[in-house]
Amino acid sequence: MKQSVFLGTLAATTLLAGAALAQGTSTLQTVKDRGELNCGVNTGLVGFAAPDASGNWQGFDVALCKAVAGAIFGDASKVVYIPTTSSDRFEQLTSGRIDLLIRNTTWTFSRDTDLKMDFVGVNYYDGQGFMVRNDLGVSSAKELNGATICIQTGTTTELNLADYFKANNMTYTAVPIETNAEGEQQYLAGACDAYTTDASGLAATRAAFADPENHVILPEIISKEPLGPAVRHGDSEWGDVVRWTMNALVAAEEFGITSANIDELATSSQNPEVQRLLGTSDNLGAMIGLEANWALNAIKAGGNYGEIFAATIGESTPIGLARGLNAQWTQGGLLYTPPFR
Amino acid sequence: MAVVTEEPKAGFRLGMLIYDTRYRSITIQIVVLMLVMLGAAWLIDNLLSNLAALGRGIDFGFLWNRAGYDINQTLVEYTNDSTHARATLVGLLNTLLIAFLGCIAATVVGVIAGVLRLSNNWVIARLMTVYVEIFRNIPLLLWILMIYTIFTEAFPAPNAFRGETPAASMVMFDTVAFTNRYTAIPWLMFDRSLGWLPLGPLWLNLDLTAIVAALVGGFLLNRYILRRATRIQEATGLRPTTWWQCMLALFGPIILVLLALGTHLDSPSLQGFNFTGGLQVSNSLVALWLALTLYTAAFIAEIVRAGINAISRGQSEAAFALGLRPGRTMNLIILPQALRVIIPPLISQYLNLTKNSSLAIAVGYMDLRGTLGGITLNQTGRGLEAMMLLMLIYLIVSLLISSAMNVYNNRVKLKER
Repeated sequence: MKQSVFLGTLAATTLLAGAALAQGTSTLQTVKDRGELNCGVNTGLVGFAAPDASGNWQGFDVALCKAVAGAIFGDASKVVYIPTTSSDRFEQLTSGRIDLLIRNTTWTFSRDTDLKMDFVGVNYYDGQGFMVRNDLGVSSAKELNGATICIQTGTTTELNLADYFKANNMTYTAVPIETNAEGEQQYLAGACDAYTTDASGLAATRAAFADPENHVILPEIISKEPLGPAVRHGDSEWGDVVRWTMNALVAAEEFGITSANIDELATSSQNPEVQRLLGTSDNLGAMIGLEANWALNAIKAGGNYGEIFAATIGESTPIGLARGLNAQWTQGGLLYTPPFR
Repeated sequence: MAVVTEEPKAGFRLGMLIYDTRYRSITIQIVVLMLVMLGAAWLIDNLLSNLAALGRGIDFGFLWNRAGYDINQTLVEYTNDSTHARATLVGLLNTLLIAFLGCIAATVVGVIAGVLRLSNNWVIARLMTVYVEIFRNIPLLLWILMIYTIFTEAFPAPNAFRGETPAASMVMFDTVAFTNRYTAIPWLMFDRSLGWLPLGPLWLNLDLTAIVAALVGGFLLNRYILRRATRIQEATGLRPTTWWQCMLALFGPIILVLLALGTHLDSPSLQGFNFTGGLQVSNSLVALWLALTLYTAAFIAEIVRAGINAISRGQSEAAFALGLRPGRTMNLIILPQALRVIIPPLISQYLNLTKNSSLAIAVGYMDLRGTLGGITLNQTGRGLEAMMLLMLIYLIVSLLISSAMNVYNNRVKLKER
């Protein structure tokens, strides 16, 4: 008994000592010294983060990992992808095993404050929805009274679901599941009537079905789910690197910088803001501890925000998401980056 | 040789702590103990200061916050407005339920399998060997997932029971429905329910209490009647007829109570997405229970076999010589003696089963690990606190089971006089 307490304490202490160590020194320096970025991603959500047929990670979230690696190293391939489940992702980040969490994680008050993380922005504005089979004959979430619903545990969606059914005076039975793959299996086997998660996740899950046309995503969006990358609390320099890399991708789309014309614009553009962004004039990179051409490398990794969106989850992909809220502010969306100055 | 030695009267010197063999061992033990405690104190201090550096001191205040999530199987009143502490209680009761059901079923299956493995019938003995070896040598988690997947894939969804010509139909005179989510069975409903008696955090179900009281009362009455009959038999040599008295004592009270409560069976029927009415036993519970039972029973079978083999052959030969038939020899001579060997390792198996029930998370059964160690932990982010509480609760539960079983062990163990 005494020994087990001792060993337990030892294990816990070692873990926390590791966390404190990672906390003490600058994450940016740690990453540079290591020569690789440890990026926490989804265990497998097609379109956002999933290994393709040849085992290379692909997706919307993965592209942001690549952009950050590009900004730091000038080489987008220097990323180690660490799959995290919805329940272990925060421990992975606070314990220092990952430098950066980009895993369809909703930015909430308590996660930002009480869980000691810093969300550096929003890379996808989402909302929680429901998916059901066509033959269930349900056209609205309000008709789901008494239904059995599959739900990933440890997510904000779990709490939204409870609130939504309570507000609408309906009842449900929850089938708690750990990963999206397990949820897919339970839903397809009919162990639950509806599957609920972020609408983008539903679209991505449905795209992987053998018969996507037999499933419908209900029109109700029952919550706000701003998904964004998170870093450890208390390391603002590292937070700045991730935040401005993401902003650079958004700004690139706004200024019409694409992976096709970026080299040309870097030398020939007369727009002062484009020159500052691509490091032709001024040296913004030095202010965040990176090379002058950091943004150039970040954008080259996978293109600007619009290109990444179109290639991974856009309307021409099987996932088929419209830009919606995730369009530039000039197009009626919410993407609005502060100026590069 | 009688040598009278004079006790040395020399006073105690500090050096004797090391050089005197009488004190040396104690000195070493105290020094080691102090080092261990110092080490532990250093580790704990390190842990606390690191947590403080992260800005996350140990704080159990989250237990009194609103939980906000729903649990699919609750034995006591719970809504998403309840606290995390309440959710923990719900999880604990679910753990105790599966442990209780599992221990009973595993004991029954284990004893039968253990005895049958020693059977003279070649086929039965080999079948039991195959059962024991298969279940003992495959990880429990795989059995749980396997059985759960079979339930999910083999049984129809509830909406297969709908329509004019349904794809699936209920069995047992349309009262039981096997679905891929749960098994809907008829359940007792009370017209004149006694309701609940609020007792702090646990509400006492008065209907259940009345039924249990009637059962226990009937059982005690039955025992009194049988003992009285034995007393009369020993005094007079004639055993009075007791069968109708026993029947009356065993079944009379419970029938009276059920009638008084206005009991009737409520059959499940399909309404909307799911069956309503009756009782819905979730597949996660059944799969977990089956897997825990079959897995642990395989170990118990081996313990029982070892216990029986430990009884000398002379005992059964003596019993046969007295003219006892094999069944009675087993029940009256072998098993009572074998129990002394069986009980101590059996306690370990009960503890194993209880702790293994924390694998419930794999099939979404909301036990203690699923509520406190799962959703509460994730939603509050209080990992260390939740895990420490979880370990403490499992420790207390295990110690309680172990001490209860030790009381029983002391009653059956060989009394040396």
